[in-house]
Amino acid sequence: MSGLRGVLAIPSFIRAAPRTLWRSSALKLLLCLFVGTSAAQTPKAATSLLHKEAPEFVRIDLENRRLDLRAYKGKVVLLDFWATWCASCQIEMPRFVAWQTQYGSRGLQIIGISMDDDPALARKLYKKMKLNYPVAMGDEKLGQIYGGVLGLPLTFLIDGQGKVQAQYQGETDLNLIEEQFKPLLRP
Amino acid sequence: MKICLVGRSGIAAFLAFAFLSLSVQLRAQFTPVPAGSAFSIPEAQLLQPVALAQLLQTTNKDKPLILQVGSHMLFAQAHIPESEYAGPGSQPAGIEQLQNRVNALPRKKPIVLYCGCCPWNRCPNLGPAFAKLREMGFANVKVLYLANNFGADWADKGFPVERGN
Repeated sequence: MSGLRGVLAIPSFIRAAPRTLWRSSALKLLLCLFVGTSAAQTPKAATSLLHKEAPEFVRIDLENRRLDLRAYKGKVVLLDFWATWCASCQIEMPRFVAWQTQYGSRGLQIIGISMDDDPALARKLYKKMKLNYPVAMGDEKLGQIYGGVLGLPLTFLIDGQGKVQAQYQGETDLNLIEEQFKPLLRP
Repeated sequence: MKICLVGRSGIAAFLAFAFLSLSVQLRAQFTPVPAGSAFSIPEAQLLQPVALAQLLQTTNKDKPLILQVGSHMLFAQAHIPESEYAGPGSQPAGIEQLQNRVNALPRKKPIVLYCGCCPWNRCPNLGPAFAKLREMGFANVKVLYLANNFGADWADKGFPVERGN
C-alpha cells in the first residue's frame, strides 16, 4: 500500500473512506466527477416510448434486403437513428460493430436507421465504417412514430418481447448502454 | 527490497497503463470540437429559445427571417413556425441554397439561424452558415442556441412547432 502513495492522485479524504463507503452511489458519483468521466453527463432517458411496444416498420435496407422489425422478436434490438452529419453518431459506430460481433450470438441485434436526406451519403459511411448490421433509410414518418427524431444520436433498447426498455438521446455513455442491454441477453 | 521495488514499479506501470487507457477511451468517446463548429459563433450573437419565442409573437416589420440550416428530414418532422428550410450548412450545396435565399435581401435584415440536429458543440451546420452570412455582409444575424437538440430544447419545452415542408 505504501507504494501507492505519491502515485495515486486520489484525495486523502477519498482514500481514507471506509470500504463500505466505496460502494455507495454518492461516492462513486463524486469519483466520476473527479476523474472527469461521466455518469452525471449521461443524458436522461426520455420516457415517451418507455415500456411500450416498439412501433413496427418495414424497410429495404442498404443491401436491398427486407428489414422488418417484427422479424427480430426474441432478440434484443438496439435501434440506432443516426446521420452522416452527426459526429456523435459516428463515434458510437465502432462500438456498435464490436457489440454486434461480441454479443450477436447471445441475441443482440443492432439496427441502424439513417436520417440523412441523401441515401448516397449514408451508403458511403455504411461502407467506410464497415457496419456489420442492417441499416435502412428513415424518413419523417418513421421519425414521428418513434416520438419525433428531433436530434441525434437517438437509440432505443428493445427487449425480446418487442418493448422499449430504454431510450438514449444525445451523446451517451456507451458503457451505460452496454450495462443495460447485457442482462437482457442469453447467457 | 527487490520485491518491494518490483511491486512499486509494477503498480506504477499498471497505473500509467490505466491512465492511458482511460485517456484513449475518453478521447474516442468525446473527441475534440471540430473547426467550424457552432462554438465558433460569438456568444453575443446567440439567441436563447425564450427570446425567439417572444420575437415570434411580435407583429412588427422587423420580424426576423428564420432559417433552418440543418437536415430537411428533421425540418419536415418539426420546425419553428414561419421558418424556412435553407439547406444543410455543412455542405456546399446547402451553403449555395442559403446564399440564393438571402442574396436579394438588404444587409440590415435581421436573420435567425437554427439547426438543433445534435448537441451544440457537434453541430456541423451553424458555423459555416453563420460565417457565410457574415461574409455576405449581413450584420444582424443571430443564432438560436439549442444546447442538446431541437427536440429537447425547443419542441419538448412547449415552444411552437409546425410540421411539413
